[in-house]
Amino acid sequence: MSDLIDLYQEMVLDHNNRPRNFQTLEDASNTADGYNPLCGDQISVYLKVENGVIADVGFQGVGCAISKSSASMMTQSVKGKTIAEAEALFQDFHTMVTREPGAEYDASNLGELEVLSGVCAFPNRIKCASLAWHTLAASLHHKQDEPASTE
Amino acid sequence: MTSNSAFNVDAVRKDFPILHREVQGKPLVYLDSAATSQKPQSVIDALVRYYSETNANVHRGVHTLSQEATDEYEGARSKVRKLINAKEDAEIIFTRGTTESINLVARTLGTQLIGEGDEVIISNMEHHSNVVPWQMLVDERGAHLRVVPINDDGELLMDEYEKLIGPRTKLVSIVHLSNALGTINPAKDIVSIAHQHGIPVLLDGAQSTPHMPVDVRDLDCDFYAFSGHKLYGPTGIGVLYGKRELLESMPPFQGGGDMIKSVTFEKTLYSDLPYKFEAGTPHIAGVIGLGAAIDYVTALGLDRAEVYERELLEYGTEQLQAIEGLRLIGTAHQKGGVLSFLLEGIHPHDIGTVLDTQGIAIRTGHHCTQPLMQRFQIPATARASLAFYNTKAEIDALVEGIHKTFEVFSQ
Repeated sequence: MSDLIDLYQEMVLDHNNRPRNFQTLEDASNTADGYNPLCGDQISVYLKVENGVIADVGFQGVGCAISKSSASMMTQSVKGKTIAEAEALFQDFHTMVTREPGAEYDASNLGELEVLSGVCAFPNRIKCASLAWHTLAASLHHKQDEPASTE
Repeated sequence: MTSNSAFNVDAVRKDFPILHREVQGKPLVYLDSAATSQKPQSVIDALVRYYSETNANVHRGVHTLSQEATDEYEGARSKVRKLINAKEDAEIIFTRGTTESINLVARTLGTQLIGEGDEVIISNMEHHSNVVPWQMLVDERGAHLRVVPINDDGELLMDEYEKLIGPRTKLVSIVHLSNALGTINPAKDIVSIAHQHGIPVLLDGAQSTPHMPVDVRDLDCDFYAFSGHKLYGPTGIGVLYGKRELLESMPPFQGGGDMIKSVTFEKTLYSDLPYKFEAGTPHIAGVIGLGAAIDYVTALGLDRAEVYERELLEYGTEQLQAIEGLRLIGTAHQKGGVLSFLLEGIHPHDIGTVLDTQGIAIRTGHHCTQPLMQRFQIPATARASLAFYNTKAEIDALVEGIHKTFEVFSQ
């Protein structure tokens, strides 16, 4: 039960109920779609990149509380960051959710994203948490015609 | 056990070792038999015994082991024939599972029958395994899929089915018992309507075979496909039943050993049925394990199991419908033990995770029926599926787990 409370922290549920930046961007410079074929989660990420900086970001889609809240927090945490910073943040996030439960991780840049640290105790939910980030990475590489996938 | 005695679920549960393990510190409540069923000890023993005592290749050796393995392998074929009341053993083809059985028909009869502009009829509630093989075929041939619609309860619209049948219809392939909804389709009517127009019918029996007596001659279907692992047997083994005259007219599916009479570089003569469709060394252990599973359900009585499962389903339906904020998807009059549901404001995956922490195994997702999810305009459902080893107490545990889920999400 404590793992469960860890997973579904209040902030996770809050982002699930009221996702931030839950919109398309009409003037997006980069977009990508992501799918989790295992469960049918689907997400679209929209970026407005100016001079190597993510000036604006939005997302749309359907998914579970973990994937939706992760997407919402992802948009908040990459807004205003350079592409290199966003990619580094993805690495830190990825390490946090895929580590062995109890293992150390570098939290210095993660901020609010740390509320998803409990995901590592639920291996079959890691893909839910990382879908938005994989989709972000795909959009940064202009892979518009190639949907991101967690499989 | 006499056929009149009450169904003794406690005795049945003793036959399934996995049902006694714990998950997350709680007794396992296994409500995912539509994904795969658990295996009785007799099936597990049959696999071990085969590998320990009689392992040899079939149809090849003159030595004792090969003969024994062949006898057991062919003995299992007879058990399958009896289970579904086919006319002869030669009409039972062993495959890897329902999916391969359907692909076999699509790639053999399908390529013979379907030309440009022709039509294959499926339904809106098909599993992807009864959609994609036909889609691949019709795309290749410039032919078309026609889809029988369903109503909001998840029942086929039989009037629409009749209307869809036309001069270009070459084949009908429809599920007997829906994995996502539990709907039991009027298989006999589906077949007889198609036969009035001379159209062959394949029934996907993956979910029906484990839960009710099936009689392919009474149904008069041309093909019946099912899997061993849903029938309390091993994974990787399945069956395609086909009427002899059709199987004989069809080209082989795969080429290789065991499916030939003679081979020269100029010409190969194919084996007779059923071997024409069983190229290569088959899954011998799987076939023998399936035979043991059939022995098990035959001794138990699938008719009695069906009655017991229906009681469980009625109880589960009542209990779930009493939960505020729960919506059942699939409320057909004729239903098997499938309870697909949605909880208001909570995604099915999150339901699945919370229930797992309570030791309860259900399936969440689209159940390989994405067009069906689109029909109901939902991304996924949570699905509890029943088998004769489940109990009312386990349904109570599910109900409690659902209340717990609401609790977690109402923080």
